[in-house]
Parts: sequence; C-alpha cells; structure tokens
Amino acid sequence: MQGYGVLTTGWTRSELMSKTIASAKQGNILDPWSHSLLYATDFADRLEHQIIPALRSGFVVLADRYIYTAFVRNTVRGCDRQWIHDVFGFAVVPDLVCYLRIDVDTLALRVIESKGMTYWESGMDMRLGADLYDSFKKYQGLIIEEFDKVAEEFGFQVVDARRPPEEIQEALRARILPILKEGRTKRINKAAADKVAAEKGVTGKPALVAAEKSTEKIVEKAAMPAPAKEPATTG
Amino acid sequence: MTTPIIKSPYLSAHPYPGKLIIVEGIDGSGKSTQLSLMRKWLDSQGYNVFYTEWNSSALVKETTRRGKKTKLLTPMTFSLLHATDFANRLYHQILPPLKAGMIVLADRYMYTAFARDAVRGVSPSWVRRLYSFAIKPDLAFYFRVPIEVSLSRLLEGTRAELKYYEAGMDLGLSPNLVESFKIFQSRTMAEYDKIVDEFGLTVMDATLEIDEQQEQVRDIVSKALATYKPKRGTHVKREALFWRRFTLPESERAQGEADRA
Repeated sequence: MQGYGVLTTGWTRSELMSKTIASAKQGNILDPWSHSLLYATDFADRLEHQIIPALRSGFVVLADRYIYTAFVRNTVRGCDRQWIHDVFGFAVVPDLVCYLRIDVDTLALRVIESKGMTYWESGMDMRLGADLYDSFKKYQGLIIEEFDKVAEEFGFQVVDARRPPEEIQEALRARILPILKEGRTKRINKAAADKVAAEKGVTGKPALVAAEKSTEKIVEKAAMPAPAKEPATTG
Repeated sequence: MTTPIIKSPYLSAHPYPGKLIIVEGIDGSGKSTQLSLMRKWLDSQGYNVFYTEWNSSALVKETTRRGKKTKLLTPMTFSLLHATDFANRLYHQILPPLKAGMIVLADRYMYTAFARDAVRGVSPSWVRRLYSFAIKPDLAFYFRVPIEVSLSRLLEGTRAELKYYEAGMDLGLSPNLVESFKIFQSRTMAEYDKIVDEFGLTVMDATLEIDEQQEQVRDIVSKALATYKPKRGTHVKREALFWRRFTLPESERAQGEADRA
C-alpha cells in the first residue's frame, strides 16, 4: 500500500509472441538461435509496448525474468556469449535485479511437489540424461552455475530462495524500497534515463526491477516482489 | 552511422562441400524469376537443388502475418522476427544440404535485412551482429533495377497491387501507396548499393530481357560450380523437362544437326 503505479511484465507474455512461443515449445523447431531470437522478439515487443511507455510515465516496472534468462539458457546450449549480449543490446538496464538463488536439490523437490517436471524445464532438448529427473538435475545445475556467473558480472542482488515465502518477500522489499525512495524525488527525463541505461547498473528514476531465478517454480513462491498496488495494464 | 563494421564470421567462406547461391533485389526486380529459371536449369543438369525463401518458416510466417495484420510490428520486432525465421531456416533447410554437399538456392538472404532494417532506422551494426551466426554464400546476385521499372512490373503483373509493408507504409513516408513505395524502395536501393561493396555481391542489370539475364546468370553459376562435385543419394528418373537452354553451344548444335540429317 505504498501508492506506486506498477506495471508487471513477464517472459514470453507479449501480445505478439506468446502464442508463437507456446506453439514452438510443442513442436520441434527449436534450434538454439531461433530459440533465443523468439525470446528476443517477445522481449522487444514488451519493451516497446509496455516497459518503456510505463517507465516514461513514471511507473515502477516489475519484470518476471529479464534478458539474463536468455543469456543463461543460450550459453548453456553452447551458443556464443557475445552474440546473445549483442542481440539484447537494445534492452534497458534495470535499476535492480533480484536473483532468487536456490540449489538444484531443493529445486528438484519443489518442482516435483508442485506441478512436476516438464520437458523444457528439464532441458530434454539437450539430451543430458535418460529421463526427466536426471536431465532436470544436470540441466538446472548448469543453469544455476551460469546464473551465478551472470549475477557476478551484472551485480545482481542475491536472495536465498530456499527460505519461506514471507522471508523472501521481506528480503525483496528491503532491496526494492531504497531504490523507489531514491527515484521518487527526481523527475523523469529522457536524457537522464538514456544516460542511466548507458552506465550499466546505475539507479535511475523510473525503477525497473527484474527478478531472475533458476526456474519458474520459485516464481510462484515469490511472485510480485514489491509494494505492488493497482497493477496497471499496458500503456 | 559511421561506425566501422566489425569483421563477422560470415565474411569468410564456409567450410562445407555444398554450394549456397542467393539472390537479392528490391520487390519487382525479377530476382525470383531468375532464381526459379536457374533452379530448373540446375535440375536439368542433374544437380540436386534445395530451395528456400525469405520469411517462409511456418511458425514465424504466421506470427509475421498476425503482426502485420494488427500493425503491431515495430522496426525492432520486425527485424527480430525475420532473424528468427532466418535462423530457423539456416539450421533446418540450409545447413544440412550444404553439409551433405548439395546446392542450396535462397530467395533473399541476410542482405535483405541489412537493407530494409537500415531504412526502418535500426542500427546497421546491430543488425550485422544479429546475423553473425550466418554463413557467407558462395555466390550472391543483386538484381539492380530502377524504381519505375520494378513499379510497373508489380502493377502490371499478375498481382497488380502493392503490399503495405512492401511499400514501407509503416514508415509514414507518404499516405499514397505508390509514392511511399517509390521513397521506401529508393532508400532500400541506396542501402543495397552500400551492401554490394561491403559484401562483394555480383550486380546484375535487371532491366535486360529475362533470357539475356538468365544467360549471364548461368555463365556465372557455371564458373562458380567449376570445381564442385555434385552428390546425389538417389537415382530417381528425372522428370520430363519442358525446359531448354536458350542457345546451344556451337558443338552441340552441329551434333544435333548431324543427328537429324
């Protein structure tokens, strides 16, 4: 109940691409490049139609997964690291990235206890193991390893995702509130925003908060990590 | 943008035993006609030929159509969708036959993106990096034609109309479709001219008669295939060909006359 205008946006949820990605996942077309490019197109659509207009209007934007998810998945699949960085070169740098970190054993238990392991979450396209479980453990292990590197490189705020949801929420709020307070006093100004985007990792006015985590499971546990009020629709 | 273009992998020759031949040109330049003639000719020569077309993968095509219909596409998403389609076709349609030593013909290639996206205001160096996973064709034709000629071909042809995006109507250059087409395609041509130098495309005079152009195309292709060893996995009987060469070499003509005599 803090009175901020909030827009939430999530990976693969663009108007243009959500159906396309869903049908791609069911089919067999996914080579690593088009895989990454489908997500990049989805991201560009949301960036231009949701994120940037909302930031310009002074909204707080909460992103459930951001470009780093693509970096990690792409690298794990053996693609060129520089290439995926280049592809997403048009992105706005978030004011804060919260990384909900978990270990692969706890993760496996959680996933089995909830909706179960899926083909893509288990990285079955990479043929890492004979069954879902073996493949899941190996794949998510690689993903976490890579996320840790990316977290270091881009200065993520790490939150221990093994704790209960209330504690995680607490931890997220403690990181988000200072950024919002800092931003509130400044006026939105395109030049400033651009400058911020140029200097990676610097905090600016329109707060863009991205949450990254090892798998969608945790999203549910800690969704909406903010003093979210009246989630606004697309601008 | 004057940033020097970084040297990308696709600037050096690919290592595969097959051959990749592509055509580029503005809409109405006649490139597809020339490519389909080349395809039939290569077939008739006993080559195993694969063909792929810009923006044709089922999944992406559907999305592009939806995006175009709702006018939801921006220059960025437009560019990324085409790159997705290209990546998908490269992986599934272009690389396997090339690795197996066959001939692949592509109607439009990454140069189309370099030209069109630049006109739509997307950073040229970003687009080049976007396509850095691509491979360099063995032969790339650019069919150069004045706007008036391409326009009259499109308006007098079977289609007899211009498409919204083909005319660059999304750029708001002019409310008039024909005017917009002229401005958009002129700018695209200017980009192509830069690309020709940058990537060493083979420029064809697309104002010539169809058969004249095809003769030239075949000469160039023959030279490019001089050292190529065709591979086939099957020995099916070839379809009856209605296709003939435009001119017979002197020796064959003499032989034909001798046979008939």
